[in-house]
Amino acid sequence: MSEAPAVLPTVSAERVEGIDLLLRPPRPRAGWRLLPARVGAMCTVELQKLRHDRTEVYTRAIQPALWLLIFGQTFTRIRAIPTGGIPYIDYMAPGIIAQSAMFIAIFYGIQIIWERDAGILNKLLVTPTPRSALITGKAFAAGLKSLIQALVVVVIAALLGVALTWNPLKLLGVAGIVVLGSAFFSCLSMTIAGIVISRDRLMGIGQAITMPLFFGSNALYPISVMPGWLQAISKINPLSYEVDALRGLLIGAHAHVALDFGVLLVAALIGITAASSLLGRLAR
Amino acid sequence: MTRDSDPDQPEAVTCTGLAYSFGETNAVDGLDLSVRPGEVFGLLGPNGAGKTTAIRCITTLLPVPAGMVRVFGSDAAKDRMGVRRLLGYVPQQLSADAGLTGRENVALFARVFDVSRGERAERVGQALAAVDLTDAADRLAKTYSGGMIRRLELAQALVSAPRLLILDEPTIGLDPIARTGVWEHINAVREATGMTVLVTTHYMDEADQYCDRVGLMHRGRVRALGTPTELRQGLGERRRAEGAPASAPLPTLEDVFRDVAGSGLDDKSGDFRDVRSTRRTANRVG
Repeated sequence: MSEAPAVLPTVSAERVEGIDLLLRPPRPRAGWRLLPARVGAMCTVELQKLRHDRTEVYTRAIQPALWLLIFGQTFTRIRAIPTGGIPYIDYMAPGIIAQSAMFIAIFYGIQIIWERDAGILNKLLVTPTPRSALITGKAFAAGLKSLIQALVVVVIAALLGVALTWNPLKLLGVAGIVVLGSAFFSCLSMTIAGIVISRDRLMGIGQAITMPLFFGSNALYPISVMPGWLQAISKINPLSYEVDALRGLLIGAHAHVALDFGVLLVAALIGITAASSLLGRLAR
Repeated sequence: MTRDSDPDQPEAVTCTGLAYSFGETNAVDGLDLSVRPGEVFGLLGPNGAGKTTAIRCITTLLPVPAGMVRVFGSDAAKDRMGVRRLLGYVPQQLSADAGLTGRENVALFARVFDVSRGERAERVGQALAAVDLTDAADRLAKTYSGGMIRRLELAQALVSAPRLLILDEPTIGLDPIARTGVWEHINAVREATGMTVLVTTHYMDEADQYCDRVGLMHRGRVRALGTPTELRQGLGERRRAEGAPASAPLPTLEDVFRDVAGSGLDDKSGDFRDVRSTRRTANRVG
């Protein structure tokens, strides 16, 4: 600016320079490449947010640490729960990893409602992103966030002396299981968000279902010691399959990893379908 | 400033008989509207006139249950993805993500509009420069002022080179200086890119000053259409014909609006939810 502005600097077309790229619309991606691109975009945003503010990762590490430290060490001494010869803290560590990942995902719908209230969701819905691609992106972003949380708990467990595998292939499998499980639970949360619309109600429902999901699974005790009705619940609870796979991969317990993987994949697909079909209610 | 419409180029927006109701309320009730390529068109009306609902039908956020909506010839009901690729949209709320930096906010929209990786950084930089946010680009958006957030949202919309920029109440809750700033950026970008701008507002003075043409909307329909000057002169002439003194000042757009809407304007102007959401936006802007 060569001349001093009289009152306020004004903007004119001449000052808007170097905008050649803003005159050319980007070329649309081919159909099959659209979904991974949207998943990438949503995951990037999640990582950027975590980079700016890590408080949540730390505060959410406290609860699983206490579970392992207090509950785990106490019950290891009591030896009340049949674990098939594994120290109890080792037995429960995969359960606590799955639990802490689930807790993150189950409240993910709150973020969607917040984004709706802030107009961010509407803006994303006016981009060339099909609703199912947006939900898939969000589900994987939640999975990534949970995975980072799970890593923190794995480190805590290792520090407490849990004998975890360091086989990179198995750890990759662990990552896949955590992401799929959290994709399901975040979709469950976004589906409820699409039904209740309000943040407070979703918060209440989230609180109400997390404990039943946790206690109605094999996270703390084997399914075989449960009463019949709880066994039935546990067998349709995706968290049980997540815990089973993590137990098999992380501490080498007997598990049905392939079945677990399949169940979680199907659950995630059903969740994505349900949440996508209700997303329109949030756009209204 | 209105450009002559080219017969070969389709209208930027055409709505024919658009209707949308929430239960018993007919928010949009047989709306006919056409926006010419390259103009700044203002959709005016009080809270609850149906402006936002109409905008949501045009942006494909709401379905088109009755009537037809076309954006540059593409049908908003059938070719949603095609229409979305033509649009830049700035909603009424302050919709930048406060937990991300300005640059990250814009980059997200570059990504979801399929800007290639090689071009992304430069394109994002150009969009931020166009709204004078280069210096603040790497600060978190939560540190921005209301006017800066609006400009950031403008950059988010511009990064995909839209042919139609849709702004819903872009200056709501801003102080006069920030309002002027936002409008100056809208105009500068429009002149530099030649894009069409469709804007809703209930500030009649802004529409008078910055819009090429305006449509006055009331109870779900456009009740008057033309350049601000045409509408004001039209009412002035009519008033003189009805016996007003020739020395009377030219009516304002607000007078035109009162004339069009008639009585009952105050008791139907926006329900509780409208006012609450407007206040919330105003609060966030500070």
